[in-house]
Amino acid sequence: MTLELVDVQILAAALFCLGLYGVLARRSAVMILMSVELMLNAVNVNLVAFSAFRDISAVTGQVIVIFVITVAAAEVGLALAVIMRLFRARGSVNVDELDLMKG
Amino acid sequence: MGLVVFYIFGAITLVAALGVVTTRNVVYAALFLLVSLAGVAGLFVVLFAEFLALVQLLIYGGAIIIVILFALMLTRSTEFSTTAAEHSRWPVAAVVSIGLFALLSAAAVGDSQTYNGTRRVGIDIKELGVGLFENWAVPFEVASVLLLVALIGAIVIGRTEPGQDGEGRAE
Repeated sequence: MTLELVDVQILAAALFCLGLYGVLARRSAVMILMSVELMLNAVNVNLVAFSAFRDISAVTGQVIVIFVITVAAAEVGLALAVIMRLFRARGSVNVDELDLMKG
Repeated sequence: MGLVVFYIFGAITLVAALGVVTTRNVVYAALFLLVSLAGVAGLFVVLFAEFLALVQLLIYGGAIIIVILFALMLTRSTEFSTTAAEHSRWPVAAVVSIGLFALLSAAAVGDSQTYNGTRRVGIDIKELGVGLFENWAVPFEVASVLLLVALIGAIVIGRTEPGQDGEGRAE
């Protein structure tokens, strides 16, 4: 019994859905950010799996993973700056308390 | 052999990810995230992406987790331990997630016949470098501009303006 592509796909789907649950259910903005990181990693696992199992242009999957990691790093830096600003302004980072723009 | 290692790293990744989304202590959640990302690095090794495994450990484990931990320490308020970590409507989120997982696995299992007979191939790091700097040279340059923009943006957004200190409830 060897490792099949579908095993990796199901694992990546499970990781993605755990991240989705975190994004939907968590209240703290920092926790939502961490859940987004989980979802990005699930996508990366999928990309690497496809590049390993398909021999056509196998490099492309890994190159895209490098770009995803770059964008994730930029995203974390900016999001945490926004969260710090939010905390200084409102004293809380719980997203359900941020109703400033509610009509 | 590869299958056993895959299952070990996969179990580590999923259990730690479950810890990230369920634990009430935010610092534990950040440390669970570190374990989960290390597990993903292990999966990269199983899938013949050694360079990406190193990048994953260096950037996620080394940089992103540290930054998230700093943000947790700086935004920690007394509310964290007393109120619930989840929305009151968290069962809806659970149902949506489980439904999406069922859908994705059904699609993957149903499609697996199409991908039958594939073989696993390792990629030379030289091949990766050539691909990155020949076919993907322009996106690579754009990524450097993106990082610069994010750096400047984070500094501008995050800095304290004079006279603004007293407004927040932070000490």
